[in-house]
Amino acid sequence: MSDFWSFWIAAIIAINIGGCVVLLFLTRRGQKFNEHTTETTGHEYDGIQELDNPMPKWWLLMFYGSILFGIAYLILYPGMGKYEGLLKWTSTNQWEREMDKGREKYGAVIANYARLDEVDADGNRPFRSVDDIMNDDYAMDAGRRLFLNNCAACHGSTATGSLGFPNLTDSDWLYGGSFETIKETLKGGRGGIMPAKGLTGQLNEKEITQLAHYVRSLSGIQVDEASAAAGKALFMNTKGGCYTCHGPDGRGMQSAGAPNLTDDVWLYGGRQEEVEFTLRHGRKGYMPAWLEDLGEDKIHLIAAYVYSLSKDE
Amino acid sequence: MSTAIEHPTYDYKVVRQFAIMTVVWGIVGTAVGLLIALQLYFPALNFDTPWLTFSRLRPLHTNAVIFAFGGCALFATSYYVVQRTCQARLFSDTLSTFTFWGWQAIIVAAAITLPLGYTSSKEYAELEWPIDIAITIVMLAYAINFFGTIAKRKQKHIYVANWFYGAFIITVCVLHVFNNLEVPVHAWKSYSIYAGTIDAMVQWWYGHNAVGFYLTAAFLGIMYYFVPKQAGRPVYSYRLSIVHFWALISIYVWAGAHHLHYTALPDWAQSAGMVMSLILLAPSWGGMINGIMTLSGAWHKLRTDPVLRFLVVSLSFYGMSTFEGPMMSIKTVNALSHYTDWTIGHVHSGALGWVAMVSIGALYNMIPVLYGREQGQMYSVKLINYHFILATIGTVLYIAAMWVNGLTQGFMWRAVNEDGTLTYSFVESLEASYPGYLVRAIGGAFFVAGMCIMAYNVYKTVRQTEPAAEPKLANS
Repeated sequence: MSDFWSFWIAAIIAINIGGCVVLLFLTRRGQKFNEHTTETTGHEYDGIQELDNPMPKWWLLMFYGSILFGIAYLILYPGMGKYEGLLKWTSTNQWEREMDKGREKYGAVIANYARLDEVDADGNRPFRSVDDIMNDDYAMDAGRRLFLNNCAACHGSTATGSLGFPNLTDSDWLYGGSFETIKETLKGGRGGIMPAKGLTGQLNEKEITQLAHYVRSLSGIQVDEASAAAGKALFMNTKGGCYTCHGPDGRGMQSAGAPNLTDDVWLYGGRQEEVEFTLRHGRKGYMPAWLEDLGEDKIHLIAAYVYSLSKDE
Repeated sequence: MSTAIEHPTYDYKVVRQFAIMTVVWGIVGTAVGLLIALQLYFPALNFDTPWLTFSRLRPLHTNAVIFAFGGCALFATSYYVVQRTCQARLFSDTLSTFTFWGWQAIIVAAAITLPLGYTSSKEYAELEWPIDIAITIVMLAYAINFFGTIAKRKQKHIYVANWFYGAFIITVCVLHVFNNLEVPVHAWKSYSIYAGTIDAMVQWWYGHNAVGFYLTAAFLGIMYYFVPKQAGRPVYSYRLSIVHFWALISIYVWAGAHHLHYTALPDWAQSAGMVMSLILLAPSWGGMINGIMTLSGAWHKLRTDPVLRFLVVSLSFYGMSTFEGPMMSIKTVNALSHYTDWTIGHVHSGALGWVAMVSIGALYNMIPVLYGREQGQMYSVKLINYHFILATIGTVLYIAAMWVNGLTQGFMWRAVNEDGTLTYSFVESLEASYPGYLVRAIGGAFFVAGMCIMAYNVYKTVRQTEPAAEPKLANS
């Protein structure tokens, strides 16, 4: 903020509040009566008259009181342009203080769930094994609550996902379902890309329809066989190029995050027009990286919880 | 209504038109509100139709009650009050007719485009740019007509009700234009010219002053005429009028920032918004004191006059919500109340308790005069009483349900376990809100029922009488 605008803001706040004080003061000084009166101002509008009663004292006190509070507040806190206030309060430092307090208070609780009690040679407490955590109801509860707080917005409170957000309770994994891989996904995030085959002009509408038929047939869905056969050719040749990520058998590739197309699990819907849309426009999957926000202890517990979801079946 | 003063022929036609449409839009606006309140309890009530989804009907409800019901009430009363207190006919019959038909056309355009999904997505300013332009033109015509009448007044002074109406007209014109500066993409889509935080600040500078000037100042104009008129008493204190008027209109303009506490809005703007909102308490209460004290010496009339009861209860709700508002603007309170149903309750204690009730009181006072009923009364006083009871119960149920819901949500959202995780997921707080949503809908149903009784009463009153001949010299 430039000095000019800072001055401008401070000045109009002062003028506005000061103006109220002056108005109150002058009106009070001009009062002819200090008690209730039946005198009117002499005006009359459509039969309505106005009494010349004084402003109620309690109301005046309330008005002056709120003004005093306002002035004190503007001295202590930011408000008058660039002036920072005596307390040096900012919404950012309030947030930082609360976060520090939270980390101090809750960090140890979370660490006790996620890590062993003993200390290794480097002075660190090693993480508990996933089996160990899965046998600890309290730790699993903490993992579930962390999931509900941080993950449920996309994956749902039952972790069954929705269109575009993977179901975490089945055994179908885009990037792998081992505990270590799930933890890696949580820490670093993932970005999945299905290229837009139609928009880029790589395939025409007819070819997209054929390819969609073939892709759906892989999951055992009844489709037009002649069309699916043409789609299979596209799937396998360099024009379609699908095999490079999804594999010649369509079973996908976890190292590339390419879904298995043979299991009738559809992240973006399995109806003909949905698959065609995916082929035409492409898809971008985005899983955020959580390490910085949550820290590894919490991630360890969430990973154990998510891992347990597909193991329960 | 007899005065010894001569007055010219007043234009009551436009007042009658707006008064009747106030009743019509009052029913439409509150009925849509009732439907969406029920949708929150019975989601199937959107009938799987995009045009009837909550997201589209909610702005239809707010626009209908604020601009259709509230707007018509303001046009009707301000045209009535400015003529009678200036002793002058409205500035231009053409402009009067234009403002009536123009405003109705805008309302119909809103009722069509909002369910179709056309929205600029700014709260209380959802209407798209062609309608925004129409609003600007009609508001300007209104301003010319209103201030033109003031200019040719036969009274030396300008009555306090007209100060408030005047402040409302000028400020709403400015707010409307600046908040709706937008770049059209095509006939029914535009984007705001402001970006990000500035857009948010301009929006709430507009949004809160829609509350301050449209729903507070202008309706204080109604209060300042109809309360002394109905009570037959002089206004309590002229000095109080002066101080609270100037303090109210100068300080209100700052308050919008309290809608953006703990957001990207710079800290200084949040603090200034909060301080000004707190200082606003006394000027707001000035109007309540002047209204209620005007009744001193006429309290006995409350026993027999349900119209006066409407007016007094409206002032009580006004006092309550103008106390609640500054409290909610305090950052620590806001941290609990923001984004909860408490806000909805607060708005409705103002909207149902104050705005609607003071308008209803004014209509019951004005309609018999407009239609020349000799005894100056509505068709049935008993029905006014029923309306009053229904409206009061409805408002109390509504507000109480939203307070309970608001506090429940606020406390559930901030509850943490010993490991620092949140105790409740969002959906659990929604489940806990269910009973409140039902009670709120029941309250709403009471209120709508009352509006329907008013419509019947107005219909009978109008049918039984010839419209008042435009009153000629000497009395009328």
